Amino acid sequence: MLFATEFAELEQKALQIRQDIIKMLVSAGSGHSAGPLGLSDIFAALYFKILKVDSKKPDWIDRDRLVLSCGHYCPVLYATLARAGYFPESELLTLRKFGSGLQGHPHRESLPGLETTSGPLGSGLSESCGMALAGRMDHKDWRVICIMSDGEQDEGNTWEGVMFAAKYKLDNLVALIDRNHIQIDGITEDIMPIDPLTEKYKSFGWEVIEIDGHDFNQIIDAFEKAKTIKNKPTVIIAKTIPGKGVSFMEGKFEWHGKAPTKEEGEKALHELKS
Amino acid sequence: MNLNPKLFDLSVEKVSSRDGFGEGLILAGEKDENVVALSADLEESTRVDGFFKKYPERSFEVGVAEQCLVTVASGLAHEGKIPFATSYAVFSPGRNWEQIRTTICYNNVPVKIIGSHTGISVGADGATHQALEDIAIMRVLPNMVVISPCDAIEAKKATLAMAKLNKPCYLRLTRNKTPIITTEETSFEIGKAEIFREGNHATIIATGEMVYFALLAAKKLEESLISTRVINVHTIKPLDTKSVLLAAEATGAIVTVEDHQIAGGLGSAVAEIISQHFPVPLKIIGIDDKFGESGEPEELMKKYGLTVEEIVKAVATVIRMK
Repeated sequence: MLFATEFAELEQKALQIRQDIIKMLVSAGSGHSAGPLGLSDIFAALYFKILKVDSKKPDWIDRDRLVLSCGHYCPVLYATLARAGYFPESELLTLRKFGSGLQGHPHRESLPGLETTSGPLGSGLSESCGMALAGRMDHKDWRVICIMSDGEQDEGNTWEGVMFAAKYKLDNLVALIDRNHIQIDGITEDIMPIDPLTEKYKSFGWEVIEIDGHDFNQIIDAFEKAKTIKNKPTVIIAKTIPGKGVSFMEGKFEWHGKAPTKEEGEKALHELKS
Repeated sequence: MNLNPKLFDLSVEKVSSRDGFGEGLILAGEKDENVVALSADLEESTRVDGFFKKYPERSFEVGVAEQCLVTVASGLAHEGKIPFATSYAVFSPGRNWEQIRTTICYNNVPVKIIGSHTGISVGADGATHQALEDIAIMRVLPNMVVISPCDAIEAKKATLAMAKLNKPCYLRLTRNKTPIITTEETSFEIGKAEIFREGNHATIIATGEMVYFALLAAKKLEESLISTRVINVHTIKPLDTKSVLLAAEATGAIVTVEDHQIAGGLGSAVAEIISQHFPVPLKIIGIDDKFGESGEPEELMKKYGLTVEEIVKAVATVIRMK
């Protein structure tokens, strides 16, 4: 359990990240809103509590590696990295703009703190497998955390990685699936049903932990429990509300790939102040 | 030049370039413990099996999953390993092109893509397994180095050189045994084309096993008192533009030869350079926008125009066009 002060601190960080996301997207005029807002609690918990990282030494050899497989979620990663001190917060408003390190989808060499280049879906899990293999070969104790969207479970490459991770018993790999039930064209179960996701991963040889992706205690406990799971990879299936924190975006797939206008942004920021 | 003295003997030794790769990979593994290898259920066919036997702890079998093959390799390279990802070229880099583009080239990590069974010379397997587009789809990618060795010895040298080069690389290999053209002493440097025969009436620029055909054509042309330069372009990207332009200036006519589609291959790369900097008559010999079929390599190469006679004809044509 978190102490009340720690809980309040994470809540504050998540709120700042959500505010940043809105401001960045309004400034950019395009980008993805719902997924990043839905993962803000998880990213706050990861970078301010869970991950073994040092923003002053982004290339620290013994850091945990966070792979953002669903590259379109980058506003939440960028905002979190800035709040964690990887680069000045003032750069956030350059998202998607000419000359910015904050590319429309993450480019590893453009910004400190990025582990991979991503955007096209489905390849992050098997990339994470390669990193985890290398870490094990070199007897390192850092972990690889791979963040995936639920829409990404449609990709064949994802399941190739699922099988590979189980075959090689990659217990230094933790995948997290944002189970928000939306993808760009609609509800996941309309576009391509992926349930029963838990049973699928279990039958592929993975440990599965289901959590409420907005509950800091559950998020932190899941990553702690994953450390104790040996000889197999762990997936955390996090139920989240897309657009979380902004009433007119919550649960709406229409906000998957859309940025708020200036007026919508002001309305959203007003809600995020309370 | 230090070419094989028995090059023009009927009994010239023949070894496939995939065998040269397999040998080179074991040597690369001895030299550097960061060298690792991956297979997509084609260990024996790609000749990665020797490395797998010698270094099981550095060998990974991903199953019939070429997208996984190169993305796992990307992750390994990110952590300082030097991964050689092996398969048939139609599958890798064919099926997994976007993963190579994003997670290897744009991500800029030094994965080595090894594509065996290239060209129509694959023969019996038929068109599905004859990679005729691999040079084109690899050379359009920023950061990617593209190497197409002319024989097994050069494939071995290329493998060793790629292991030391901190960049994404593609190595194009052949299934069938082809004549040994070079020797251990022949110089090899990534990015540097080699003049295998001097001449001043025209230049044949060839890659892969077609270098042998080019040398035979040059020998035949000599009988008609036509002196032909032959350049082995083992590195298609970055292309040795200096050697190409010097040949254009010195001989004033060029024929390119490759067992690959005309569109996007070696001939296109040469045309991009000479058309802009020193235009001279050019003929591109390759597969003319067609799929292959089953058959003996010799039958197929005759049907699709990859013969010594076609090269001789093309040289005569470009000389007339001067």
